Amino acid sequence: MLATSSTAFWYTTRATGIVALILLTATMVLGILTAGRAKSRAWPAFAQAELHKRISIMAMVFVTIHVLTSVLDTYVHLGWLSIVVPFSSPYQPLWTGLGTVAVDLMIAVAVSSALRQRISPHTWRGIHWLAYGSWPVAMAHSLGEGTDASKLWMDAIAAVSVLAVAGALAWRIADHTRAKDEALRVGATTRAVPPRGAPPVGRQVPTPSGRPPARNASSPRVVTTSTRLLEKDRP
Amino acid sequence: MTPPRQRVSIRVRVDPVACDAYGFCAEILPERVRLDEWGYPIVDGTPISGELMELATRAAAECPRRAVLLERVVPAAR
Amino acid sequence: MSAMALDTADRLLRRPAGITGPLDLATHLSVHGPLSVPHRDDRSQRTELLHAVARSGLLGRGGAGFPSAVKWDAVERTGRRPLLVVNAMEGEPASAKDRVLLTYAPHLMLDGAEVAAAVIGAGEVVVCIADDNHGAAASVETALAERFRAMRSRRRITIERPPARYVAGEESALVNWIDTRRSLPSLRIDKSVPLTVGRRPVLVHNAETLSQLALIARHGPDWFRTAGTSDAPGTTLVTVSGAVRHPGVVEVELGTPVQDILARTGSDAGLAAVLVGGYGGAWLGPDQLMTPYAPGSLAAAGATHGVGILIALPTVSCGIAETARIARYMAGQSAGQCGPCVYGLPAIADDLELLGAGRADPGLPDRLTRRLGEVDGRGACRHPDGVVRLVRSALTVFADDARAHAAGHVCRGHAAATVLALPLRRPTPVRPS
Repeated sequence: MLATSSTAFWYTTRATGIVALILLTATMVLGILTAGRAKSRAWPAFAQAELHKRISIMAMVFVTIHVLTSVLDTYVHLGWLSIVVPFSSPYQPLWTGLGTVAVDLMIAVAVSSALRQRISPHTWRGIHWLAYGSWPVAMAHSLGEGTDASKLWMDAIAAVSVLAVAGALAWRIADHTRAKDEALRVGATTRAVPPRGAPPVGRQVPTPSGRPPARNASSPRVVTTSTRLLEKDRP
Repeated sequence: MTPPRQRVSIRVRVDPVACDAYGFCAEILPERVRLDEWGYPIVDGTPISGELMELATRAAAECPRRAVLLERVVPAAR
Repeated sequence: MSAMALDTADRLLRRPAGITGPLDLATHLSVHGPLSVPHRDDRSQRTELLHAVARSGLLGRGGAGFPSAVKWDAVERTGRRPLLVVNAMEGEPASAKDRVLLTYAPHLMLDGAEVAAAVIGAGEVVVCIADDNHGAAASVETALAERFRAMRSRRRITIERPPARYVAGEESALVNWIDTRRSLPSLRIDKSVPLTVGRRPVLVHNAETLSQLALIARHGPDWFRTAGTSDAPGTTLVTVSGAVRHPGVVEVELGTPVQDILARTGSDAGLAAVLVGGYGGAWLGPDQLMTPYAPGSLAAAGATHGVGILIALPTVSCGIAETARIARYMAGQSAGQCGPCVYGLPAIADDLELLGAGRADPGLPDRLTRRLGEVDGRGACRHPDGVVRLVRSALTVFADDARAHAAGHVCRGHAAATVLALPLRRPTPVRPS
């Protein structure tokens, strides 16, 4: 019985793996675009962020199924431990291990995002940057381990994914450099991206930018103030 | 005689130090937030009520820098 | 408390004839009289002093004009031993009053610091002097050594040297620097919650405020109120510069008309305008010079008493051009944390420079008005608000000039030498690199 369902497991593993990769690519591209403020009336930033979140959750679902079926498949032996401990699988330790690394990073990102309101924004952002690591690792895993690796359609999917992420990254880096130069010119510590095509800002002696003060997790979201104090506050 | 019940109102505020001009708040709550020419939020301090409350809460939750605050304004006791 | 009769317009700067340098401890005591600082456990004397300060109506002399007694209340309520910070940063380039106080009468400031520390129960005092103000720092160091030798200090008093930037003297930026070595203001939603360093609440007082306090502790609140007005009692130090024959720091009663203060420093008749309060203050027109120098009256005239500054603008100068220079300076002094300040102030400076040079495009007046309205109040601190107030007052007081400039005319004053004290050195970084 296990021998015949092994084929079903194998097909499911391949399929969910490929879909997960595509969804992860979409997640990456959306995340990069949102951070780089690529938005318009028809393509609002908060919707991009929402889409990014939901697609990443879908990707996690497909990854979970992919991981389960690959371990349950007895045709090759992976072992339950290899889901979270990298390079511990007897079958293809390197390529499987890379997949494990990607899963570990994804778990970190997912958990930190679930607890986002309870941890400091600084911590959350640091962990979220691990995502930049999980995508290339996942890509390498699928090319190295995947049994469809050399097929034309798989190559095409891989190529388009790499181009999409590389393109988004290239745009982001170029735009970020422009924004940083502009911010440095006016001595900004705020990490905002000055709008493209904004009216030119005057000649400045650039002052070195400093890091914004660290924000702790317990900064209150709802604050109570007396109106009398607020009025007195104004000079 | 019992003192009159204090009317607590809620309004949106932005911490300008934390704000990095993502602009989510202006998209989610245009009734209270619009953006200046550099992408930073200009907040209307009119109190929030009813259906706007849900949007305001969403705007505060979605801000990537947690710069959007909901401020409870308590009228000063006499 | 003593009932000495003193010349009301010479309190802080009072000195024996013939003495030119700083007052040493002995001379200081002979001029002002003895002072008994209440012991930490002497609750009744501490409370008596607190009431005296409240009755005196002392307002802060650091720009915000906040009632000192109210500040003490807020710190008292936290129940922890507070830290007292003496703000002698004097970030305003056109102000020299704190420098003068510390250089010539350091013991008065230190007396005030001891009294304030005793009342609020602070065990430690930190005196903050800008890192480019070596004269004042040396004078305070000498005075501290004198007091140590004479065993007059019951608490730790140290000197810190934060960077000499405009916003470094802002209360929250100063406390932030003491805490994290970063001179960055923070958003303060509830001013009744005191600033903290670690868990200790911090009380920040301007050096002049504490010097006034030292006199109140000696001579009592009723004596203090014999000068000034009922809303604004006491004297204040004003730095006068610009088109006057004897620029410098004078001590005047609050409520003295602006033109009388100018007359004391030798101002010739026929000024175009006077800048009041500081670079974040406002211009007064020649028809407004009888305005009394006091918070209420100045506010009614659209100005602010700020940190006691008067800059006399001669008729040969161009008010728009000078305002443009101030706006450009202030834009460069932004802490760089808040978008509206970082991007808005340079844009406003741009518009003013175009206007002053007679190169304004047709949309400039509306654009400038819009930007002023949008920048106002949208920073974490009051820095952009001050610039907005100054520019708005310029557009009112120099309305005729503004109209002429907008039409393309350039006045001769545009090329006149500036009367402003603008630092020529590069601003120091906000944090150590």
